[in-house]
Amino acid sequence: MQKIKLATIWLDGCSGCHMSFLDMDERLLALSEQVELVYSPLVDVKHFPTGVDVTLVEGAISTDEDLKKIKTIRQRSKLVIAFGDCAITANIPSLRNPEGAEKMLGSIYVDMPVVNPQVPRENLPVLLDRAKPLHHTVKVDHYLPGCPPSADAIYHFLTDLLAGGESDVSCYTRFGA
Amino acid sequence: MSEIQLTINGQAIKAAEGETILETARANGIDIPTLCHQEGVTPTGACRMCLVELDGTNKLLPSCVTRAADGMVIRTDTEKLKRYRRTILELLFAERNHTCAVCVSNGHCELQSQAQAHKIDHVNFDYRNPQLIVDLSHERFGIDHNRCILCGRCVRVCDEIEGAHTRDMRNRGIATLIITDFDQSWGEASSCTNCGKCVEVCPTGALFIKGLGAGEMVKNHELVPGLVNTREVVHAKN
Repeated sequence: MQKIKLATIWLDGCSGCHMSFLDMDERLLALSEQVELVYSPLVDVKHFPTGVDVTLVEGAISTDEDLKKIKTIRQRSKLVIAFGDCAITANIPSLRNPEGAEKMLGSIYVDMPVVNPQVPRENLPVLLDRAKPLHHTVKVDHYLPGCPPSADAIYHFLTDLLAGGESDVSCYTRFGA
Repeated sequence: MSEIQLTINGQAIKAAEGETILETARANGIDIPTLCHQEGVTPTGACRMCLVELDGTNKLLPSCVTRAADGMVIRTDTEKLKRYRRTILELLFAERNHTCAVCVSNGHCELQSQAQAHKIDHVNFDYRNPQLIVDLSHERFGIDHNRCILCGRCVRVCDEIEGAHTRDMRNRGIATLIITDFDQSWGEASSCTNCGKCVEVCPTGALFIKGLGAGEMVKNHELVPGLVNTREVVHAKN
């Protein structure tokens, strides 16, 4: 059987959704018989490959670099999954949204009593004024809410997807779960 | 009180005259979702979650403020109603800054559980992300306007049950804000009796007890209906 090519990535996220992915424990072995992990923070591949079947995207779109990455991901993936609340609602990164990026940076790096008050900019991606959910930037095929989604929710979602069906994980997870 | 007969979702139901459609439905095990409704205080029909379809009219009726009448044929669960309810919930999420993961009421919030019940896994509208204040001037309680859905439960319970009328709303439409006394900070509102009933009836994490962390604010939903029931018993005795 041809294995499904799965990619995972985190943009502006805390890696918690990926930790929850690992929490599937021994079920990962069963999944690995159907799935090939072609790109992920969990494997050593430097560039996002072409011809990916499913990509789990953790995290919000928060920088110009995230924007570039999500466009590449969308082009090279058959299905894009918004993986967790940050990808779906912009969640924690969106806490800056009411005031905007510059004011947040100033309040942390300049207004605080620090030795050398300056906003770091060198070699860093530029923060967008507002963190955005994935689907406000590219087409998203499925949503898996939770902060993080539980291992059970991820497992049921993936097995339903591999079986070719629609997945309803509302009994396993919700916003903030 | 005379008895009436009506049909809800194809089920023949008997009700007492004067009951609302919502009361009749719930008494017969048919749940209609609500957000602004609070047992024990006057219903206002503000949130529109409880809209139902009635045969013979194109208008959708808020079941919390519409009296059941003899011969009514009502549907509470059509695809159209479910779609409208999902839209209402999505608009509420888009209107202010809810951020469930870091909310005191995470896991105990009516907006969150309604979203889950309606299988909302994303919000189609752009988030407004308004700048709103968190008033922590009261000794024991706080109000976070980012989480307020303007259901008005706190206003009604303060007025009708506590009799203080500390709370009200200012402005209109999207600019509406819950206020204390003459739009003073809560800590300066001299009419507040510090009873905390507003906190217990708030469906989200907008009103909370200070010092609690994410997910630690569990509201006592029985408090206000219990008080109302006790008053009725005492009143009947006298």
